[in-house]
Amino acid sequence: MSETSYPEIARNGLWNNNPALVQLLGLCPLLAVTTTFINGLGLGIATTLTLIISNSVVSAIRKLVRPEVRIPVFVLVIASTVTVIEISMNAWFHELYLILGIFIPLIVTNCSIIGRAEAFASKNRLRAAFTDGLAMGLGFTAVLVTLGALREIIGKGTLFAQSHLMFGELAANWSLTLIDDYRGFLLAVLPPGAFIGLGLIIAVKNLIDQRRARRPVRAAAGETAPA
Amino acid sequence: MEFRTYSSPHLSGTNHVGRLMRGVMLAALPGLILAWWFFGWGVLVNLVLAVSTCIGAEAAMLRMRRRPVRVTLGDGSAALTGLLLALALPPFAPWWIPVLGALFAIVIAKQLYGGLGYNPFNPAMVGYVVLLISFPREMTLWAPPQELADARLSLVQTLAWSLLGTLPAGTGIDAISMATPLDTIKTQLGLGLTLTEIQAGPRFGSLGGYGWEWVNLGFLLGGGWLLYRGTIQWQIPAGFLGGLFVMALLFYAADSDTYASPLFHLFSGAAMLGAFFIATDPVSASTTPRGRLVYGIGIGILVYIIRAWGGYPDGVAFAVLLMNMAVPTIDYYTQPRVYGQGGE
Repeated sequence: MSETSYPEIARNGLWNNNPALVQLLGLCPLLAVTTTFINGLGLGIATTLTLIISNSVVSAIRKLVRPEVRIPVFVLVIASTVTVIEISMNAWFHELYLILGIFIPLIVTNCSIIGRAEAFASKNRLRAAFTDGLAMGLGFTAVLVTLGALREIIGKGTLFAQSHLMFGELAANWSLTLIDDYRGFLLAVLPPGAFIGLGLIIAVKNLIDQRRARRPVRAAAGETAPA
Repeated sequence: MEFRTYSSPHLSGTNHVGRLMRGVMLAALPGLILAWWFFGWGVLVNLVLAVSTCIGAEAAMLRMRRRPVRVTLGDGSAALTGLLLALALPPFAPWWIPVLGALFAIVIAKQLYGGLGYNPFNPAMVGYVVLLISFPREMTLWAPPQELADARLSLVQTLAWSLLGTLPAGTGIDAISMATPLDTIKTQLGLGLTLTEIQAGPRFGSLGGYGWEWVNLGFLLGGGWLLYRGTIQWQIPAGFLGGLFVMALLFYAADSDTYASPLFHLFSGAAMLGAFFIATDPVSASTTPRGRLVYGIGIGILVYIIRAWGGYPDGVAFAVLLMNMAVPTIDYYTQPRVYGQGGE
């Protein structure tokens, strides 16, 4: 467990053990916030930062913390990290902060963060823990962004709406209207749309995995056949 | 009493899914014809669009799932889903409303769960609810019943509206559409009118809304035939209508100015269609005798609650879906005693 290669960590976080698609952790903010691409990206970045910082700190103090008290210590570390991020977002991305609302402080309760602290960071070196936090965060963000984009396109017919919340004034006209005169498909914006959308994304991921699992077998069979 | 026995074998006609589904479709005919008579061609346009989309989607999904297409399609369950969905839709819905609802019903609510027999929710009602919460404007384009309408659209005009969104010159959709009686009650009660004042209007007949009462009678007739044939058991319709009736009676007795009469509730909206055709779906309904009664009563009570205090004028679809969710629990607690096991 102690020595895991970096490509392996990255693959785990982004695909094989993706927090949202495989571990199915942190679904509450995932489903609630992803009504638009930008909302998903905002929460994704905040979660990624939290994961990186908490993973690094937990890894750095892993030899000082006695196992009996490790969970309270992890919670304290995560809570302080989230508080810092929340206050920073309130200061610099105030409008986005207002939209994401309670889900920013609720990152504390995102199971994938304490999960990574317990399962990975407390047992690995600082650099590995840092990479793991980054990979897991990016994997989570990728799902948030994909689901957000899907729901925004289907639900409202736009993409990148309200980009200025994150990227400032220069992004004011990034909003794409993909379908003119679109009536909107309210279901996609409402909570059921989040569940159905996530279900479909997981289905696609499993389909890709199945295809990939089948291919090497076929390739191997093809190689042996002529001989 | 004559009781003749001829030579063996004594085989009766086999009962299979296709026969069942075709029987239900046949039973829906009186209601369908009355709906067409009162609400115009839009009913049939919706029917054709919904049924053909359901069959097409079912065929495509079966092919993708590598299941036998012809056998499964032949049982008529997809066509029945389309029929029930179409009966629930407003007659002036644009073409993509029945198509989208049918796609959702078959692809997501039925085939993704594993096809006929595996769907925990009534597919037609899932399709309907998706449309209702997504397109509130389009889903209110109900036609006024015949004789109340200023102008009626011919078949060609209805097709032009449904497919192209064009109306004959001089009419707007607001002129030819009208709120349903249940909707009228809900809005006018909000304006502070009493029920007596509201129901004095021409939209209301002797039992329910004018026109609506006939459509409901039609479905009651078809439902009676289904009961007689033994296609459906009495528990679900009786529970549904009984629950609705008792709830309506209680509140009507307490305050008849705010709460409509029990008979009005039984003959309005989708009450009869829901009680005999939708709630009795053999896949998603409860399967034990006592469970069916509980299931039906639950739907009846929920329908009343949604009609009286909910945000939507009618609640059959929501009530059915909510009780679908409760079915595993109901079935668990109402399993009949196995003969020779347990008891005294």
